[in-house]
Amino acid sequence: MDFDFSEEQMQLRQAVRKLLGHHGDVQAARRVLECGGDYDAQLWRAMSGMGLPGAAIAADHGGSGLGYLELCVIAEELGRSLAPVPMLSSIYLAAEIIKLAGSSTQKMAWLPALAAGTKIGTVAFAGASGAAMHFDGRVLRGAYFPVADGAIADFAIVFARSADCNRPRPFLVDLQGAGVRRARIETIDPTRPHARLELDGAAAEPLAQGNDDSLACLLDRVAVMLAFEQIGGAERALTMARDYALERVAFGRKIGSFQAVKHLLADMFVSVALARGNAFYAAWALDRDAADLPCAAAGAHVSASKAFRHCASNNIQVHGGTGFTWEFDCHLFYRRAQLLALALGQPAYWEARLLRHLPNRTAPSVAAV
Amino acid sequence: MNFDDTPEEAAFRKQARQWLDANAPWPLEAALREGGLSSPGLTDAFAAAKAWQKKKAEAGWACLNWPREYGGRGSTPMERVIWSQEEGPFAALSWLFTIGHGMCGPTMIAYASEQQKRRYLPALASGEEIWCQLFSEPAAGSDLAGLRTRAQRHGDDWIVNGQKVWTSGAHLSQFGIILVRTDPSVPKHQGLTMFFLDMRSPGIVIKPIRQANGRSEFNEVFLSDVRIPDAQRLGAPGQGWQVSLTTLMNERLSIGSGMATGFEPLIDYCCSARGPHGALIDDPALRSRLADWAIRSLGLKYTAMRAISALSRGATPGPENSIGKLVAGSMQQEIASFVLDLQGESGIVTDPAQAPADGRFQAMLLRAPATRVEGGTDEILRNIIAERVLGLPADIRVDKDVPFNALDSPA
Repeated sequence: MDFDFSEEQMQLRQAVRKLLGHHGDVQAARRVLECGGDYDAQLWRAMSGMGLPGAAIAADHGGSGLGYLELCVIAEELGRSLAPVPMLSSIYLAAEIIKLAGSSTQKMAWLPALAAGTKIGTVAFAGASGAAMHFDGRVLRGAYFPVADGAIADFAIVFARSADCNRPRPFLVDLQGAGVRRARIETIDPTRPHARLELDGAAAEPLAQGNDDSLACLLDRVAVMLAFEQIGGAERALTMARDYALERVAFGRKIGSFQAVKHLLADMFVSVALARGNAFYAAWALDRDAADLPCAAAGAHVSASKAFRHCASNNIQVHGGTGFTWEFDCHLFYRRAQLLALALGQPAYWEARLLRHLPNRTAPSVAAV
Repeated sequence: MNFDDTPEEAAFRKQARQWLDANAPWPLEAALREGGLSSPGLTDAFAAAKAWQKKKAEAGWACLNWPREYGGRGSTPMERVIWSQEEGPFAALSWLFTIGHGMCGPTMIAYASEQQKRRYLPALASGEEIWCQLFSEPAAGSDLAGLRTRAQRHGDDWIVNGQKVWTSGAHLSQFGIILVRTDPSVPKHQGLTMFFLDMRSPGIVIKPIRQANGRSEFNEVFLSDVRIPDAQRLGAPGQGWQVSLTTLMNERLSIGSGMATGFEPLIDYCCSARGPHGALIDDPALRSRLADWAIRSLGLKYTAMRAISALSRGATPGPENSIGKLVAGSMQQEIASFVLDLQGESGIVTDPAQAPADGRFQAMLLRAPATRVEGGTDEILRNIIAERVLGLPADIRVDKDVPFNALDSPA
């Protein structure tokens, strides 16, 4: 059994961490926050230069052809430094749905640019209102928000219903074209911009292999990558809290010597350890395209969401008043934890999916999720 | 990242499986899978345990990681894990020997004389003799080093007086290892010494403890002028604390078996019991809590796999493996309480013949408080994680450097 990342994958981790450190680590997110920017274009170019966005894109399609485990390693490092880059929108979501449902022409048309970081894609799959997006055979009409990087993306894959299909299927839309209106919206984490996307007669083409299961299938895969980002963030929040507890003195002692604080930190460690176990299994399931992927992916995302939220909030608690200042980075992790917990829809969806696909269920279920 | 055995591991697994296919007590399998040792299908758990252990020992499948000359197999830690995976439900039959094999044996291997090892270990491995561990005392639980049972030297013997408590299987045991205070004039950790003793020695009185759940798994052991030959000392006088750490480290090394969390019975119950939305597992009102336990239970399982994977690479499992019992203990309690709530008025019925789900959740609820205490309380485990994994300062210990007999309330 080798239930861990390989030597090469650990070297990749070090290389990514070094690159992120070179670009200011968490300061990169801070710059986007203070300047109201969209993302760190310099960092994104440097990452692209290393072939990171294309890690899980085949060499035939312009990627580096490494694999999903490598992408998970990268995701964890991005989460650890809160990297302000369009990875979720352009790679986890857009590249993945094109890989899953695109024709070979569509793959050749878009994947090389995504891998190279020269084009940014996104996926719009749900309205906050559950609002409809409709395809009439030629154009799309409807509105979705929030759409990750919706204001800067060059194109989007929009899940829409049509007359002959009332479950959403993926359609490709050029966001530079006519009939597209988009506006940036304020969100809980300004270091990851989102937009409202309104399509009013925007020309669209279906992804050739798209079907009724494409969305659920896509979200399972993204959930695994996201879980690693969340674990990176959670572990960083735990480290920040631990370091502060070893530095801050109160009542004549380091606060990390008080059991109330020690036990808080121990519980943070436990939540990260459990999330990591779940995420490792999901990474394996994704890499092997195992039948167990729906359960594994849902478990990884639910577990990582809890761990990141738990660690990010207790990190502020350990920092006390200091942790509630704008200048300290604690709130950046707190904000990102909320964003990532909701980025793929309601936790209830994932909880239901996890239970629906539990391997030790004995009775047939009525509710299909 | 893969779950495949190395070629050596695969060969070992095949060998283990072949032997089990031909030799395991298959007629007991269904009963053991159903309810473990408390299964009504298992009429004489003691005899079944003794017979299975003897059979394993004769074929070289007992205490795998012990040297061959002491009744073991000289296996690697990974082979031991593979064996326990393959032994499956039959591992429950090892209950009688858990303490002896997991803690007493390794301590004897480390500290007993060659002659003693050859005399005692094979009989311990084969289950012919049962061993217990006399550590905890009424006034020394989490603070084990504060124990008060005294041993004083008389010629070639030591005379022991005091009381031990929470001793599993004392009434079934022929031998035990015991930690006692031999020097009260030095700070508490420095005045302890470890021995092994014959549990039939004059002066030993064993009384079962009636537990809060009405059962009796543990004993009180009273020692009055019990003589232990100096030759049965394990380690130097005053070295008992270090010797006990060897014992306790071995407890932590027994990974891969996996603590029961209560999650599997919970899912079985929620798949079969019905509510307004069909099976309870599909009830949206319960979803969030069920999912929370699912990720903790699965998370533990995969964490254990990561530890096994580290073993396979030759690494030693560290204190991070303390999380197993910490997570499982409170889960059992939460899950049992949750199911009782679902059962409503009938949740108070404990008679297995009439209670829902044979009363297993009532039994679980009544047993769960012990899981959160035995073998390290939740609080001690959090301290271990905080101090040895996260590197936070140790608790302030006001009694650490004070001679034991100068403390406020010594024996």
